[in-house]
Amino acid sequence: MTEPDYLNSSYTLRSWFLTTDHKRIAILYFASLIAFFFIGGAAATAIRIELATPQADLVSSDTYNRLFTMHGVIMVWFFLIPSIPNTLGNFIVPLMIGARDLAFPRLNLLSWYLFVAGGCVTLFAIVAGGIDTGWTFYTPFSTLYSNSYVIIAVTGIFIAGFSSILTGLNFIVTIHRLRAPGLTWYRLPLFVWSLYATSVILVLATPVLAITLVLLATERFFGVGIFDPKIGGDPLLFQHLFWFYSHPAVYIMILPGMGVVNELISCFSRKPVFGYKFVAWASLAIAAVGFLVWGHHMFVSGQSLLASLVFSFMSFIVAVPSAIKVFNWTATLHKGSLRFDAPMLYALGFLGLFTIGGLTGLFLACLAFDVHATDTYFVVAHFHYIMVGGMVTAYFGGLHYWWPKITGRLYSEYWARTAAVLIFFGFNLTFFPQFVLGAEGMPRRYHVYPPEFQVWNVLSSGGATILAAAYLLPMFYLGYSLFFGSRAPANPWDAPGLEWQTSSPPPELNFESQPVVTRAPYQYRTDFTAEPQNA
Amino acid sequence: MMGWRPPLVLVASWLGLLALLALTVTLAYLPFGSLNSTVAIVIAAIKAAIIAAFFMELWDRGPRLLIFAGAGLFWLGLLLWLGLMDFITRAPA
Repeated sequence: MTEPDYLNSSYTLRSWFLTTDHKRIAILYFASLIAFFFIGGAAATAIRIELATPQADLVSSDTYNRLFTMHGVIMVWFFLIPSIPNTLGNFIVPLMIGARDLAFPRLNLLSWYLFVAGGCVTLFAIVAGGIDTGWTFYTPFSTLYSNSYVIIAVTGIFIAGFSSILTGLNFIVTIHRLRAPGLTWYRLPLFVWSLYATSVILVLATPVLAITLVLLATERFFGVGIFDPKIGGDPLLFQHLFWFYSHPAVYIMILPGMGVVNELISCFSRKPVFGYKFVAWASLAIAAVGFLVWGHHMFVSGQSLLASLVFSFMSFIVAVPSAIKVFNWTATLHKGSLRFDAPMLYALGFLGLFTIGGLTGLFLACLAFDVHATDTYFVVAHFHYIMVGGMVTAYFGGLHYWWPKITGRLYSEYWARTAAVLIFFGFNLTFFPQFVLGAEGMPRRYHVYPPEFQVWNVLSSGGATILAAAYLLPMFYLGYSLFFGSRAPANPWDAPGLEWQTSSPPPELNFESQPVVTRAPYQYRTDFTAEPQNA
Repeated sequence: MMGWRPPLVLVASWLGLLALLALTVTLAYLPFGSLNSTVAIVIAAIKAAIIAAFFMELWDRGPRLLIFAGAGLFWLGLLLWLGLMDFITRAPA
């Protein structure tokens, strides 16, 4: 008799909220993240409605400050950073490496509780009146002048940071210690390499954020001179510490997305990823060099010219491993047997949007251009192309790719493709006009603007409407598939990875017997069928 | 748990940390001039080394754990190096 799958093993609330099964914890994260995504999205909706006209006709200036802060804080810390690692990573990594679970299952559950606790504290700050500092909490505004709920918000982020650290630790130990027999480092799927690199950043960078937030609270609460030069502090220290975390945090967001795209492009091209070792090491190179570029956020802060030059140079260097990945994905597509299923449409969308986001990042790494573009909509467009066009698109791609494995159900391919195309067009219509607005000088974080900017803002708000509808679509057809979708076979994409060699949904302990890996990943025969890694 | 006693090495480390704390406080009141900061940093480094070696049990661990612990130190060095590069070369206001 076969084991019951992880969804059917028990139906009690206790079996969900006290579970140590990585698959169920991934589902808990998934549900929480959807909630946070909609809260952050609601703030974005209000922002785009307000910006449809040059006047302030929906909210006051103060409320607008709180709206964009809420959008940034929720989206960065409670959606973008945890999304792929904690949902897809949590679910798929043990399956990909032939393990029964993560190395520390109880720590994994604790990580979710910390995440939810941190989220609730931050939400309380928002409900109580909000925060008006922007997601960056720059001093001296956050320490001296802001009358909003700064301390409560940073406390929530501080707590959620420990969730990140625990997740990172768990992945590092799991990938080192729990790989199936025969699964050497160069036989690991690239998704695992990318999550390993992400985990290294999580563990090394997040403590610095925690310390920075404690220092901020210490100065705001007790008046200890840390950032305020009048009482012995350094006025740029906060920005140095904050960006030492927050720039690598961009790579925490995008590296897992890159990992997903490896799996999608290989599967739907029916080819191994071109230059596997280069792509694998590029992930670690991004993780390492990504720590050396933070000062490019501070070119106009009064930072020394020498420091700006060094950070500018390093920012160009970090583009090299990212470019290696883009070139290698393109080479993987070359002469492949391409299939345009929904996950592949998302992957191709990622490729284009990430390239635009990455290249405009190089513009901003140039000192002269950055002086012109700092704090304009050019920057807003750039980082949304990376974080939303890149990471969120990859997240949707991965979600569709592994949905049959996670739920045991198939979704409507027609609606999934429709959503993928709508997201691509909606996204570009929302954010491409913002490049123009920024280049023409419209500053970010203002809700009143000169009338000549209205056309571009209306285009952007119109695009946001399409994007919002497109993001809602999967809720319906994926939700429908949960109850009425056809049963998914174990390997609907005919893919070679270990996660596809077990049933859909997987049994509680993942595999009926311990898989033994005998070959490299992404092995497709000349007839484009796959050779399972453990066959 | 009734018969459990803390390992001697932990007790000794804890006492060592307390002694170093007393030393930090005492030396802070002695007029060494600019050397006060140097002395305080040296003592803090010894405290950190004691914590890493004995409380984190790195003193008898294999190379993999030492590499990860070393990476933490190295990254702290990056933060200090690049952060100080700005601080030291910044134009006076």
